[in-house]
Parts: sequence; C-alpha cells; structure tokens
Amino acid sequence: MQRSASSSRPPASGETGVPTGLDGLLAGAHRYFKRGTLSAEGWSLLTRGGRDWESFYRHRWQHDRVVRSTHGVNCTGSCSWMVYVKDGFITWETQAVDYPSVGPEMPEYEPRGCPRGASFSWYTYSPLRVKYPYVRGSLLELWRAALVREGDPVAAWGSIVEDPQLAQTYKRHRGKGGFVRASWDEVAELIAAAHVYTIRQYGPDRVVGFSPIPAMSMVSYAAGTRFLSLIGGVILSFYDWYADLPPASPQVFGDQTDVPESGDWWNAGYLIVWGTNLPVTRTPDAHFMTEARYRGQKVVVVSPDYADHTKFADDWLPAQPGTDGALAMAMGHVILTECYVQRDVPYFRDYVRRFTDLPFLVTLRPRGGDAAYVADRFLHAADLDGASAASEHAAWKTVVLDATSGQPAIPNGSLGFRHGDAGAGRWNLDLEGIDPALTLFGRHDVLVAVDLPRFDEGATEGGGLVRRGVPARRIGGHLVTTVFDLLLAQYGVHREGLPGDWPTGYADPMQPYTPAWQEPITSVPAATVVRIAREFARNAELTHGRSMIAMGAGTNHWYHSDQIYRAMLSLLLLCGCEGVNGGGWAHYVGQEKVRPLAGWSTVAFAADWVRPARQQAGTPFWYLATDQWRYEGFGAAELASPLGRGLFAGRQFVDCNVQAARLGWLPSHPTFDRNPLDLVDEAERLGKDPAAHVVDELRAGRLRFAAQDPDDPVDFPRVLTVWRANLLTSSGKGHEYFLKHLLGSPTADVRAAESPPELRPREVVWRDAAPTGKLDLLVTADFRMTGTCLFSDVVLPAATWYEKHDLSTTDLHPFVNSFNPAIAPPWEARTDWDTFRTIAAAFSRLARRHLGVRRDLIAVPLLHDSPDELAQPDGAVRDWTQGECQPVPGRTMPRFVVVERDYAAVAEKLTALGPLVEQLGTTAKGLTWTPDREVEELGRQNGLVRDGTAAGRPSLERPEQVAEAILALSGTTNGRLAVESFRALERRTGRPLADLAESRRGDRITFADTQAGPRTVITSAEWSGIEAEGRRYAPFTQNVERLVPWRTLTGRQQFYLDHAWMLELGEGLPAYRPPLNMRRHFGSQEQGDGDGLEVTLRYLTPHSKFSIHSEYLDNLHMLTLFRGGPVIWLSREDAARIGVHDNDWIEAYNRNGVVSCRAVVTHRLPAGVCYMYHAKDRHVDTPRTELTGKRGGTDNSLTRLVMKPTHMIGGYAQLSWGFNYYGPTGSQRDELTVIRKRGRAAGF
Amino acid sequence: MRVMANVGMVMNLDKCIGCHTCSVTCKQVWTNRSGAEYIWFNNVETKPGLGYPRRYEDQEHWKGGWELDRRGRLRLKGGGSIRRILTIFANPDLPGLDDYYEPWTYDYETLVTAPLSEHDPVASPRSQLTGRPIRPTWGTNWEDDLAGAPETASGDPNLRALEPQVQFAYEQAFMFYLPRICEQCLNPSCVASCPSGAIYKREEDGIVLVDQDKCRGWRFCVSGCPYKKVYFNHKSGKAEKCTFCYPRIEAGLPTVCSETCVGRLRYVGIVLYDADRVEAAASERDPRCLREAQLGIFLDPADPAVREAACRDGIPADWIEAARRSPVYALAVHFGVALPLHPEYRTLPMVWYVPPLSPVVSAAAAGRGAEPDPDDVFHAIDELRIPIGYLANLLAAGDRGAVRDVLRRLAAMRAFMRRREVEGVTDETIPAAVGMDVPEIERLYRLLAIAKYEDRYVVPPAHRESADRLLAATDTDFGCAVDDEDRFADSAQAYRQQLVQLDLPGTRRRGLTAGNPPEGAA
Repeated sequence: MQRSASSSRPPASGETGVPTGLDGLLAGAHRYFKRGTLSAEGWSLLTRGGRDWESFYRHRWQHDRVVRSTHGVNCTGSCSWMVYVKDGFITWETQAVDYPSVGPEMPEYEPRGCPRGASFSWYTYSPLRVKYPYVRGSLLELWRAALVREGDPVAAWGSIVEDPQLAQTYKRHRGKGGFVRASWDEVAELIAAAHVYTIRQYGPDRVVGFSPIPAMSMVSYAAGTRFLSLIGGVILSFYDWYADLPPASPQVFGDQTDVPESGDWWNAGYLIVWGTNLPVTRTPDAHFMTEARYRGQKVVVVSPDYADHTKFADDWLPAQPGTDGALAMAMGHVILTECYVQRDVPYFRDYVRRFTDLPFLVTLRPRGGDAAYVADRFLHAADLDGASAASEHAAWKTVVLDATSGQPAIPNGSLGFRHGDAGAGRWNLDLEGIDPALTLFGRHDVLVAVDLPRFDEGATEGGGLVRRGVPARRIGGHLVTTVFDLLLAQYGVHREGLPGDWPTGYADPMQPYTPAWQEPITSVPAATVVRIAREFARNAELTHGRSMIAMGAGTNHWYHSDQIYRAMLSLLLLCGCEGVNGGGWAHYVGQEKVRPLAGWSTVAFAADWVRPARQQAGTPFWYLATDQWRYEGFGAAELASPLGRGLFAGRQFVDCNVQAARLGWLPSHPTFDRNPLDLVDEAERLGKDPAAHVVDELRAGRLRFAAQDPDDPVDFPRVLTVWRANLLTSSGKGHEYFLKHLLGSPTADVRAAESPPELRPREVVWRDAAPTGKLDLLVTADFRMTGTCLFSDVVLPAATWYEKHDLSTTDLHPFVNSFNPAIAPPWEARTDWDTFRTIAAAFSRLARRHLGVRRDLIAVPLLHDSPDELAQPDGAVRDWTQGECQPVPGRTMPRFVVVERDYAAVAEKLTALGPLVEQLGTTAKGLTWTPDREVEELGRQNGLVRDGTAAGRPSLERPEQVAEAILALSGTTNGRLAVESFRALERRTGRPLADLAESRRGDRITFADTQAGPRTVITSAEWSGIEAEGRRYAPFTQNVERLVPWRTLTGRQQFYLDHAWMLELGEGLPAYRPPLNMRRHFGSQEQGDGDGLEVTLRYLTPHSKFSIHSEYLDNLHMLTLFRGGPVIWLSREDAARIGVHDNDWIEAYNRNGVVSCRAVVTHRLPAGVCYMYHAKDRHVDTPRTELTGKRGGTDNSLTRLVMKPTHMIGGYAQLSWGFNYYGPTGSQRDELTVIRKRGRAAGF
Repeated sequence: MRVMANVGMVMNLDKCIGCHTCSVTCKQVWTNRSGAEYIWFNNVETKPGLGYPRRYEDQEHWKGGWELDRRGRLRLKGGGSIRRILTIFANPDLPGLDDYYEPWTYDYETLVTAPLSEHDPVASPRSQLTGRPIRPTWGTNWEDDLAGAPETASGDPNLRALEPQVQFAYEQAFMFYLPRICEQCLNPSCVASCPSGAIYKREEDGIVLVDQDKCRGWRFCVSGCPYKKVYFNHKSGKAEKCTFCYPRIEAGLPTVCSETCVGRLRYVGIVLYDADRVEAAASERDPRCLREAQLGIFLDPADPAVREAACRDGIPADWIEAARRSPVYALAVHFGVALPLHPEYRTLPMVWYVPPLSPVVSAAAAGRGAEPDPDDVFHAIDELRIPIGYLANLLAAGDRGAVRDVLRRLAAMRAFMRRREVEGVTDETIPAAVGMDVPEIERLYRLLAIAKYEDRYVVPPAHRESADRLLAATDTDFGCAVDDEDRFADSAQAYRQQLVQLDLPGTRRRGLTAGNPPEGAA
C-alpha cells in the first residue's frame, strides 16, 4: 500500500473500512475539532495555559534513582554507565562522566559507551527475556517418569541416557521449541543428577563448562568455573577458540597478550590501523584516535573496505583480504634496507641489540649436500665448552657473539636463568658489558648459501624455496649465524658479497619481499608501501619509538595469523616501538584483561581449595567433540615447507593433536578412555603410585587417550553448561557440525562429505558411523533467548548486568568498574553466583550418597611460566611411544596430579575462601606471594563461615563478597600486594622494582570504592606496564625501562622460533603465507544447477557495528538502526553479476552449511569479497533456505575448524601451554562461500 | 540592539565515528513510547545518502524553510496562509510513512512459547502499526556505511552538479556521518507554519517547542521544517520535536545526545544575538552570504557594549559569562571553523558543523613523487576524498571557499602540532599561513582535541527564581500570535511580523512588532 502524503488526512465521519498503518492510527485526531473556540480565520483555536505544559517532558526526565553499573559483554569496553530507575522500573541508561582525570594535557576517558550499551535496558522487560527455568517438554516428561520409576535422581538420569531410544527422544527435539516451565528446585535436581551420574559413570572430565572473558564480569565467570574446579570438571579456554588470541604474542613476547590502554594512542606520533575498525570495535575509545590526529598524529588505515575507520585515515592502503603479511614484509624490507643497511639508526640498533633476539646465534644445518644450509636451532651454552656447558640449565641459555672480544658470550635473562637457584638475581636484561654483535658480516669465517621458504608459489600450501646467503662462523662445533643475518636474507635485503638470489631493488617484482613483489598480491602500489614504511620508521626514529600499529580480527582471524602478526610486529621491533608509551602493537580483538589477576584466578579456579583446575584448550576440544576432524580436505603435510624433514607425512591434524596430548604439550580432556577417579582407585588397589600406574597402563596399551578415539561413547563429553556465552550460534565455528554431532539435532545442515580414506588419521580411530548427539545434557543460563538457549535442554533465567554485583576491567582503560543492581532480578532470574550455588547445593546433596570422597587424577600439560617450560630442550620432538625417550611424567609427557575431592562439601567450599591462599600463596606469571593479612581482613569484612567444612573461613556467600575477595587478593587493587609482587620479581631479576608500586602501597581499592566510581589500578608485577605517576599503560615498559626479561627462550622479543614443528612449516622467521586455498582443497562449491546465477566470494566475518557478537543483534533498537535482520554485504560488481539488488533475499552456501539473509549492495567493498558481520544468530528474521528447506543458519554455518599444528607445540619455553595463552586457534577467515539470489520468496 | 540568548550546538564531523550512541540515548529517554516509534529527535546519516526521511534536503520537493519573493522579502517556501488553508486536509508537502519507514518489531515471544515443531522457532518481523508480518524496506539508518548507495545515494540532493565527479565506485568511495537534531533556528519556519500557534521559541534560551496542549496535529510544522525535525506522533495526534533536552538544560546539563556522544564531538553553549536584525539577516540575498549574515547578528559577549545591553535586556550575569565562555561562539565565530547546515534554507540554524577531513583521493595521489619527504606526512586539502563541492553544498550553500578555509585551518593545526610534538619545533609560519598565531592555534587545538567536559559544555542553569515572570508573561501574551487578524491581511507583512513575534513569544510587545529599532525599547 502506498502511503503518500495525500492519503494521510483524517477520514471524514461516516467513512468505513479498517484503518491501516499510520492512517488508521490518525483516525482519532478529529476529536480535537470539538474542543476550544475556533479563531476568526477558522484555522486555529484559542487555548490558555501558558507554558505549564512544559512539565510534560520534565516529568519524562524525572526519575527516582540512578545506579552505576556496566555491561558484561564481550567487547572489552568496560564502560561505566548510570542506570535510571523510575517507579521501580529501569527506564534508560547514560554514560558516567566521572572517570578519574588523566591530566590537563590529554582528553579524558568520559563518556565511554556505545549505541549497543545504550540500548541494553531494552532487554530488561523485553519479550526475549528468559523469565523462568525452562526444560524441553519431552525431556521433562522422561525425567519425571524416570524419577517415579527409579526413585533416585541419579539412577533416573542414568536410566534415560543409557537407553538409546529414550535419549534419542529428547535429543532429536533439540532446537525445535517445546519448552515448558519448571521450578528452580526441579531443574537443579535434574542438573545435579546428570553431573553426579556422569562423574561416577564416566569421570569428572566428561563434565564441561564454557564461559568466556572473565574480565567482563569476573564474579559471574568465577561462579561456574569455581564449581567446576571443585568437582573436577573441564573448563574450556575461549581466547584461542575465538581466534582472538594472537599466537604471535606468546611466540614473540612470551605473553598471552599485553597491549596499551586506549589513552596511550594519544601518545603515538604515527598510527597504522590495520585489521581493526576502531570506531566499530573500540567505539568508546575511538575518540583518542580522532583527537590524537589534532596533536599531529598521522593515521594510516589498511583495510579492504572503505570503512568507518578509513574515514579518519590520512592514507588508505586497500590491501586485499588476507594479504596483510605481504604488505608488512615489504614494509620490513624497506625498513631493513634504509635503517639497517644503507644507514645506521643508533636508536634502532641499540634497541634490537638489547631487547630482541636479533644478535643471538643460530645453528645452520646442511641441506642437499653442502650446497646450502637451513637455519636450525639456537646455539646454547650446552654447545660451548667448559663452565658454560656445565652451568645450570645450559641448554636454555642462548648465546651471542661479543663484538668487543670476538668470543661467544652468554648474556643474562634467557630462560636458563629463570627457574634454577643459580639463576636467581640474574634473570635480567643487563648485558653487563657484553656488546652483542648484530651481524657476523665482517666477523665471519665463511659466507654460505641458505635456503629459505617462500609461500607465494609452489604446488602445496608449503610453497617453495629461495636461496640466499648469510655470513657464518664456526662456534662450539656448529656453523652459526645471527638471527639478524638470517632476517636480512629472509627479507631479501642484500649486502655485497653474499651468495644467493637477491632482489635487484624495490622495483624487482619477482623476489620476495620487495615493494614491487607485494603489489600484485595486495593491490597496494609499491610506491605507497615505500612511503608509508619510510614515514613509519622516520617517526619512530624522531620520537624514539612512538609509532604504533592497532591490529585486530581483520589480521588475526586468519589461519596463518601468527605469520601475519609476526610480520607486523617485526616492523615495531625493528623501529624500537615496543615498551614505549605511544608505540608498539595495540592488539584489539577479544583481548581480556583481568586486572586483578591473582585474586581472580585464585577464586575462579578454586585454588584456595584444590590445585590445579582441569583446564582445556577449547579448539581441539570442539574439533573432536563436534567431529569436524572427520571432514578434512587435506592433511598436516600439506602445510609443510620443502625445507622440512617430513615430520607430518601422512598425518592428519588429529594425529598431531594426539601426539601433543601424549607429549604433554596440550591438555586433552576428557583425558583417557577410563574414569580418572577409577584410575586412582585401581592404583590404590594395586598399591601403586597413580602416576606410575597411568604410565604403565599407557605403555601396555591398556589405557588410551580419549583423543585417540573421540567417537567412542566412553570418550564423549556428556554434560555441558554454558553461561555468559552464546556458544552454538555465535562463537561456534562449524556451527552445523555442532548441531549434528554434539547435539544430534535434525536441524543440522552439514553438506560436506567425510574425508576420503587417504585423508583419514593414522593414530585416531575412524568409526564408520559418526556419532550424533554425543551430549547428554546441555544447560544454558542467559537472560535472553539466544540460539544456544533454543538448542539447550535446560534454560536458566539469568540476572542481567543491571541486576547483580560484579567487577569488570579491560585492557582499554586502567579502571576497575563495578556492576550494581538497579532492580532485583525480576521474575525468577538469578545471578550467576546464585545459580551455581543452587546447582552446587543440589549436587552436594546427591553426591553425599553417590560419590562421597574420591581421588581424581589430572593430566596437566607442561605449563608456561613454570619450570615445566624447561622440559623438552632443543625444540626437538622426542616421542616416548617411538622409543625416542622414556615416558617421564612432567618431562616427556603430562604431569599427573592426584587431588582429593569431597563431593558432598562442594557447596560449602564454593561459598567460602579456602586455606590454600595463605598456605601456598597466590601466583601470577610464575611469581608467588602470600596474602595472609588480606585473608584475615577479608574474614573481618565478609564475616566467617560458622559451621561445616569451611568453618572459620571468610564467607563468599554473596557476589559482592566474592568481588571483595578478588580485589583484596590482587596487586593491581591492593598496594601492599603490588609491592609484594615486585619483591618476588626482584628476587629473580636482581633489579630494583618495588619502587614502581611504593607510592601506592597503602592503597586498597574496595568494592565500595568501585561502586562510587571507576578506580585507577595500581602498577603490579601481574602486568608489564608502568602506570605510576599518571602514565598511560603501555606493555613492556617494565621490560625496557627496568630490564625485566620477556618470558621467552632468549628472554628477549623473538623474531626467530626454532622448534622443530615451526621449522617444519617454514616458520622460523616471519614470512608471508597466503590464506588457505579452499578452492584447491575442496573444489568448487557452486551448485551449477542452472537454478540461478552464482558467484564464489571470499567470506569475511568482521565485527558488527550494531551488535557485540550476537549480543544486541536481537535488540529492537539495534535492529531498527540498520536493516532489521541478518545481511551479507556485497560489492556492486558481484551483486550485478548474479542479478542481486539491495535488500534482495539471498543464500550463501558452501560444503559446511547454508545461510539465508538479505543483501546489502555497496561500492565500499571490492569485488570478490563479501561480509557477514559477526555474529549472526539464527533466532531473528532467519527464513528457511531454498537449498535445503531448513532454517537458514548462522554466520558460522559456513565455517569449519582447521587446526594449525604449530599451535599445539608445548613443553618448550614460551611455546609451553597456558590457559588462553597458547593453543590452536579457531580461525574462520580463510573460507569461501557461494552466493545466489533466492528464486522464491523467503518463508519462515 | 535587542540582546537575546539562544542555545546552540557545534558538532565536529571530523570526529564523528558514526556510532549512533546519541540516537539511542535520545531515543531511550524521549521517544521510546508508542506513537513515537519512528521518531528520532536525533538521528545520524551516512553521507552521501538520502537521509531520514528520504531526500529531506530537497526543498524543491518538500518546500520547507524560507525563500525570498521577487521583492526580496522572506516568505515560507511552502506558501502563504491561503494555500495552507486550502491544503489543510491534504498537505502535498508532507512526507509519507514510506519516506520515513514503517516501524517494526518481532514476534519474540515465539522463541519461548513455540510448541515442539518441525523447524526451530524464529522471531520474524511484524509491523508496529498493524501487527502484520512485514519486510523492512527502509529505516532511520538504512544507508549506514554506504549500504545500498550504488542504487540510491545518487539521489542525495547535495550531489547536485557533482554527478560526473562522484561515481559510487570502490576506488572513489568516500563517506562521513551527519548527526542531526532540531536546529533551534533563530528564524524557525516550523513556528511560522503552525496554524495553531502551538510552536514557540522560548524567550530565555531560544529552544523551539511544540506545546503539546495546543498542537492540533495539522503537521504544517512537519512540512515547514526543511530539516524534517518535527515529527507527528501518530498516537497522540500531536507534533513532537527535539526539545534540546530543556529539562536538562534548565538544570545546567548538556543535552543527552551531547553528554553521551562518545566521539566527544558535540559542544553546547549559548550565543547572544541581536533579535532586531534576525529578519534582515535571513533576508540576505546571496545564499552564500547567509552564514556571514548570521554571524553578523551574533554579538560578541566580551564587548562591553554588548554586555551592557544584555544586562539591560534582562539577561542574567552568569548567562553573559557563559556566553563569553561558549564553545559554540568560539568555534562558529571566533575560529570560524564551524558552518551552518544548509544556510540556504534561511532559518538561521543554531546547530553548526565542523567539516570532516578525509583520506587522499586515490592511490595515485598517495604515491606522489618517487622520493617524498618522510617528515612531510600530511596531504594537501584538495587531494582529500570528500569532494569540497559536496561539503560546500551541505554546509555553505555551495561556497567551496568557505569549506576550504576551514579545512585549511584544521590541517594547519595538525601540521603545527606535528612539528612541535614530533620534531620539537614551534613553527610560527604554519598558523600565520591561515591567519592565526601560535596561542590561537593552540587554543583551537585544546578545544578540539583535549575537549574537557567543562570546555565542551557551557550550560548556564535556568534562573528558576525568574520562572514566575516568564510564566506570567506567557500567560498573557502567549498563544495570541496566531489569532492576530492583521497577520493574514497581507501575507508578506504577516510573515515579517510573525518572524519577529514568534521569535519572542514571551516578550512580544506592541512597540516591537513592526521591527522597530530596539534602542531604549526595553
């Protein structure tokens, strides 16, 4: 119906017909003609009353109460908001503007926030709200019947899940509606029974929990993880699983992620925004970038699309998606040429000598006779003669050539000084008179050819070779060169006299990595690359490092993210930018910074009662649990460089994972094909040490890792609880595989064929029929009905962020923010803390009879920041199953730790702070200190538990008490502990550090303080920046200014990674690896059925402007602010090719699944690329697909996991595993999709 | 001279990140209620684009604002009273629902209540007006980030005469964001258009309001406003518009959209102006000179004569001080870096904009010479991506020089600061080249870059102790404006009167209605 202006007059009386639209609603307007007196002209009427009516809007503004809170969403914003309450209802929110000042010379943090946060209160009373506990009707019926039948809840649960027919009944209803209300008591008993049954029958490592980003609401996160830690359940990592973890960070820095607060952008003189759309993904902080431009900062944007941030750029480099590594390598080529070879920049030279591994010596291994060499491992003290070789941890002390003496020298600070007694006081970066030579050129014995990898050509992903040359010298029986010399060769920067093939100059298009070489790859003109690289370096030279690169998902979500990032980080290291305010990397995607780290991790993983927690890497867990490993199109060898030794020949990624589990590299839970509780009982019966029993059983082949047969029902994860997350329909890469194999929902729309026999794993059992519905119980707690809720068996109503007490911090600012309830949780909603208290109480009740006290054996991988990182020297792979070494727990295989679990006491322990805090101390980054006084104070503040297991311990009954404990036990929020943390670091480094926190020794940020306003944290050894004296946080300033080593092999920031698997993939040094060639591996995905025009495009899923992942995308305000539902953005060229107009319905599909949505046609995207902003849930405006007739999926319906073997490396220096620190990432960006226009109208 | 105070706002488009937080907080506070679903007192548009409602800037079509008749006198573009009487039931210049959008919601309940069914439940869109299934085809921000631009944005009225230059091709893409609220005009055409006398401009602060008791829902204000910032509430049957958050302004707080602007690009302050010269300024013949004309009636709050006159005209001392510290005055008048939105509408708008800088036009320009100086990192203004002509059509009635002058000042500020921050050199020649000196350019830098809360918002609280006087005045005078028989005797004369009268609803005095000189009139 056309509603034009002329049709909108009020209908005359007597007109009939049903009024529609605005017109209909106008029908009542005529009543106004009846009041008042018409004026003489007949078109107005006289009224009186003056301006009294103005109270109309004044009343609207008036409110009863304003409560400070924040938003616990995965955006790392942590903004302080004021929530308005009127007549007992939450009405709206506006940003707090009372942040502590950052001083007169820079912009303040106020008013942090974004449109998504501003719309949050919509959820409170929305029809999307989960108001009560729900259970799918078919399950509830089975449950009630079984309870009557069995009389015991645990037996009842067993009777359902062990009966394939009964289990099938409710599993195939997952996602299909049919929820019914149940009481909290009833669902708590059902959940508890499932937990108890599973622990008894299969083991606690079959009980799994998923919740991400503790920083966004620490107490809520801890609620579930504390419960899981106490029962021995599996806690899944998220940072690596989200592919937000940049593996390059642990590789280069030995740090999970450490980045500047946004206020430090202000200090940068030159900012390259590269793969992160700051206005969209860092909305509250983007102003620092726009404002710093007025301070003279130049902003360069690298992005394939003309986007929100491109608007602010002085230069836009429109690099093709996934080619950022090529661009960065070419910039590195320019910087190395102009600032290291043609000219000497003293600041740069001095920086890399002291703070990077460039001067360290690397051994060369002959390849193909003696014609050429390849770089091998670092030379270390054990290779040298005499005292050095005999020194403590000699194999972990890397070596430089002292330019003054011409002799090899062992500077302080490498890993060999970090853990032993002899190293105490010497783990520092004080060169003590050593003058490390950057190059051996001029000091060389020989000039030799080296073969280096290149990935821009070649028949496989492994690429080809290029031969270049380095100066070398013979030391300790090895031919060695420096990392710097190798780096010049890798980047193709020639020095006269060196053998090999070198570029003729910047204009040489054939040789990597010249500016001309990158131009056809990235589409950025060579001259632009030269100019930007030169400006970037020149700015760093003038400002001593104030050049910054903001990076994020656009560069990090790729399969070869680590190579892309290393190429980018190299620019920063070469220009001396890390550890400098206003310089360095600013990685902004999913980075979560729990500033009160020590206190939080103690509480969250119940380290006050039992250590360690059962932590698991998320990506391999889901890869196995969802059977995505059964759909591979290529194997690990495909990735190997011709320089490799064939370590991956014939192996699948799951094979690598099994090896990583076996060697103690990666955790692997569920761990064995046997209940770990039973394993201890067996050992006890045999009178053996449980660890020895496990080793014996493994050796005898009677015990297997569950990862060797993930499709065996005894190895299934059985019970999964999701809270604070939308796992299935937001982060679930390979969404359709989740639905099919994990859940068994017929909604699943997997279209791929399974791997052909030649691509099947060697070490993992292939079962012909893939299981479906592995999971017995999926419980989700949320306040909104997400896609994950829809597919869950039980949905629990959660309190929102305006209905609970909690804490929030972020990288982006230095403040601690609090959550506070503006109203009580409405309907039957509960805070996460209360939810897990409820479950724990029901669990303990049932456990008393069914579990009692048991001993649990945990297989703990070799951990970073512990002496375990010295377990496997030389970066060599020695496998005890191959006879290459003995199986020694904690050295050549996981450490096996036995802990006691009093299952009946779980609820009591959950709500009290346990005694290990003061007995064992708290630990961060391998440093331990004792917060004894704090425990005492907490007891006085929170009150002591009177009876039971936890009698006499500080109470953690209420969320605000938990928040208080977190604040009290952390250095960043407790000045006394900050000083203690530095004292601990002083003992190891022998450097004065405690002064960094001394000025705030007496400060103690309490929860009440955070309620009053954002509070600025204290400099602590838990982090690497110096925030004292009003300085902005920049990572590694402690390292650079106080000579604290990085937690790497060399103790320096590393260009070179010498682990055998890194070298196998040709990734010893930064290199450009293009996106995976999915077309080559999987062929065309097009239907070719003549039903419609099709186009295959690179499928990108950047972060959305109107949602935070899936949060808010169902919020009416956000939906109204754009297209009202899911869309894919297409270039005008591609749209024209398939006859698609703006807002047409389209379908996107590939072997993984199908998505249906509408098209947005734009000219701001290049041809060949489409965008579906992350994350598109399937619960709003998603019609059924034309292709399969099922409900069109999520953005992850088109993706599938491919694990990168190098992310599985462990037991070796900074490549040792840590929770959310290192591990395979769930990358999703190398995918292609087909798009075509829908032929028929979309239907729901 | 008759001194009046008017609230004003400057938005620095060069800092706008297009996040729409302003829209959402405004929506939540003011129009999150039935009848107002589609109403956005504050909205943000991606430019180039059609805007909200569609093509609202095309006054040849919508006939909003003012024009000069053949004798050079101001008249409403929408026509005189006779035409309006004739069209009162069928206003041809009124945007229809499709020009805005049909507000929608979703059947969210189904997600919780759906029975067991073959397909997983989904919340599909429903019209908020009819409850029926709907497929959204337009919205308040349908064109975000150039969405659909190849198909629609060529209809952007600001592209007039630029078509050959603007191609909507990937290589040439440009965009920026334009946040909009009511302009609180000095010469508001909505007020003049209202047949019910329901719209008035407040004496004390110039905020233009629709009296919700008096409005009769004729909607001539909707068509009369060239910015389409008066909306029709379909439930109450009344017009509603941005109130400049007067309940907050009266308390000395900035508007919600300002305080919640995370780009920190909004400035709120008051400006003193000479009420007697409004008509003359709005009647300036050359549209390109309208900005100068409007600047000409702004009074310098530091000038002792102005202060004395303001005092005489009843403006409280703290307001005069606030005017002196006003960031709006500083940016629009003192530094001259803010420009009025579509001055050619002749409403003398009071929300002004600093135009945006942008990246260079093309990769070729970026390449420049083979060996550029790495210390010279900024590009020339004429190499920027956003065509100067586009900004000129938006903010300067087509006067490119005016836009270029502002962009040169911004660029000079950056260049000056870069030399100082990176090289440690204070280069006086840079500010001199744009007619400034070092202290001035530093002051501009502090205002634009550091922009503390206290510097962005200088809002003097209302003098409630004087409220009785204001209310008393309105009780007697207010509401009489449109029942003056003479007003319609001669439409040109009527509008001239109306202009002055409606400008000052609370203080209309017989002696002033004909636009007499104000000297001694107080």
